[in-house]
Amino acid sequence: MNLSCPMPVLDFDVITLGHGSGGILTHRLLESGVFSLFKNDLLDERHDGAIFELTGRLAFSTDSYVVSPIFFPGGNIGELAVNGTVNDLAMCGAIPKYLSLSFILEEGLPMTEFWDILVAIRDAAVRAGVQIVTGDTKVVEKGKGDGIFINTSGIGQLHPKARIATRHVRAGDKIVVSGHVATHGIAIMSVRTGLTFETDLVSDTANLNHTVAALLDEFGEQIHLLRDPTRGGVATVLNEIAQEARLGVALAQPAIPVLEDVQSACELLGLDPLYVANEGVFLSVVAPEIADAFVAKLRELPHGAAAAVIGEVVVEHPRQVVLQSRIGGRRVVSMLVGEQLPRIC
Amino acid sequence: MKYLSEYRAPELVEQYLAELHRTATRPWTIMEVCGGQTHSLVKNGILSLLPTNVRMVHGPGCPVCVTPLNLIDKAVYLAEKCGVILCSYGDMVRVPGSERSLLEAKANGGDVRILYSPLEAVQIAQQNPGREVVFFAVGFETTAPANALSVVHARRLGLTNYSILASHVLVPPAMEAVMDDPETNIQGFLAAGHVCTIMGVYDYVPLVQKYQVPIVVTGFEPVDLLQGILMTVRQLERGEARLENQYTRVVSDDGNPDARRVIEEVFDVTDREWRGIGNIPRSGWEVRPELAAFDANRKFNVNIAKVSECADCIAGQVLKGIKKPSECSQFGKRCTPLNPLGAPMVSSEGACAAYYHFAQAEAPVSV
Repeated sequence: MNLSCPMPVLDFDVITLGHGSGGILTHRLLESGVFSLFKNDLLDERHDGAIFELTGRLAFSTDSYVVSPIFFPGGNIGELAVNGTVNDLAMCGAIPKYLSLSFILEEGLPMTEFWDILVAIRDAAVRAGVQIVTGDTKVVEKGKGDGIFINTSGIGQLHPKARIATRHVRAGDKIVVSGHVATHGIAIMSVRTGLTFETDLVSDTANLNHTVAALLDEFGEQIHLLRDPTRGGVATVLNEIAQEARLGVALAQPAIPVLEDVQSACELLGLDPLYVANEGVFLSVVAPEIADAFVAKLRELPHGAAAAVIGEVVVEHPRQVVLQSRIGGRRVVSMLVGEQLPRIC
Repeated sequence: MKYLSEYRAPELVEQYLAELHRTATRPWTIMEVCGGQTHSLVKNGILSLLPTNVRMVHGPGCPVCVTPLNLIDKAVYLAEKCGVILCSYGDMVRVPGSERSLLEAKANGGDVRILYSPLEAVQIAQQNPGREVVFFAVGFETTAPANALSVVHARRLGLTNYSILASHVLVPPAMEAVMDDPETNIQGFLAAGHVCTIMGVYDYVPLVQKYQVPIVVTGFEPVDLLQGILMTVRQLERGEARLENQYTRVVSDDGNPDARRVIEEVFDVTDREWRGIGNIPRSGWEVRPELAAFDANRKFNVNIAKVSECADCIAGQVLKGIKKPSECSQFGKRCTPLNPLGAPMVSSEGACAAYYHFAQAEAPVSV
């Protein structure tokens, strides 16, 4: 499939309030290329919503995307909006099928930028194998948005072998991370206003559903829990797991994969990579018997090359995450309070 | 990472720990002066590895913690009521003032910006000629040169819309205040490495002589800290009190004379109120009178009433090393990073926050 897509010739170059009015400008915006970009039978019905049949157990998820800047090394808000919701469904053990797509655009958004985002959304949807079947566009006055906000909701069918739930987490389970942590957050920070620093880092945003499906095919109910450590990072998700499962989590710092560039940036900025946001990374809690085979398999799959066992679920220190530091000391890894802020010195 | 991994090498750490266990035959109480050192001690789990007879107490070197309530209120007022662009280092924005923090002022519509460098604030002033830009210049001797340099730059550029709200504090007078307090029993100090990078080591000679305590200028990585502690313990075991420099790769005896020249050009020594501790004579810097145009304290005539601290907060005793954070009756109960009663629970360098985040493995808090 040819993914290159030139922007259609339009008689407007920026988004105006009229494009969200539901009137002729909205119509012209959608007809100009949006519909053809996302073309599928359900969307082509042009109804108020999509009508379809799905059987079996379903997963349903929603997420809103407000990233700044909207274009960053390795991607833009568009593919985040698809990958994020696709990954949330995958973490439920589901095969993502359909997405809704809603925009809140700020008046003045250049049409070229909007088009680039639309194309990124389409490409990400193709990669993930999902269809965008319904959507909405609203425009807010200049100064009342940040260029563009996106919401996507998604529906998926549960993988027949998936038994993903916190109640399945047992002491002795191994915690596996699928790749280098903190890459996405640092790539975004490197281009944020006021913080610009030189790095070749790019975001690792990616759809993880095919990788997860392959793991479920092979390991099924031996996979007890899947989580993607987006906001709040690995530390926050592991704390959630510890609290929900009423068990402890023991982490081994030397085992946690962090790219050297990312580690250096964290040192400079005074940030802890465990709290930095991730995109194309997920955590798995798996039965100890399969841990080695699971990691070996994951390393062969897309986005899993750096997979590693980073810790274990334990009965000690229930509801707490305790890290064994590189030098052998122990410390509690607590939940993030507010945003991680740079330190004075 | 070069210059970092060497100082985090587990084999070296093990060797220093073994040597420390051999060397320490009696109980010793040592204060690490700098909040960055406290942070590193707990973050790396070093406290759990030390011999039980070596007790570390945490010093007053957390700039965010000792910035007076009154000044935070002033910054909040400037951001909310005077339409200024209030620029600040990150961890300062979460510290509660008497009514709210700068972060809350931002949520209320104040233009509060988090920066890494005061020179960015000068740029913002250049880009916004119609608005006043104030940089909240807190910190010890370490951040003073950059803050002073921002004033030098602003003057050179002819800016009339840039000023700093200065609350600089100095380490040696604070160490004196700690030693003069009858309740403290500090036997040795790890001096703050980065402060000495600027100021050199000579300021500490009189302290060593006056109080007969070993002072070891120390860095921040695990190997630095363990070496600094070992050097201090060796002196204590031998009954010595000398000034030593563990952090020679960064700190030269004379410090950084160029940086000090910029400081002297912009700041005068003054008495300073330390949050939780009180007034310490000649313990801070203020903008020199001839640069009043760049001094937000003089430029904006804001009178903020003095408000007293929360009565249950023992920040002063924590900052002087008299009590450990965990000895506070409010610690982890009414006082948490989400709802801090005092500043040491806010900043990641504050002893209370460091304990809360990192050091509770043995005593879990209720959730």
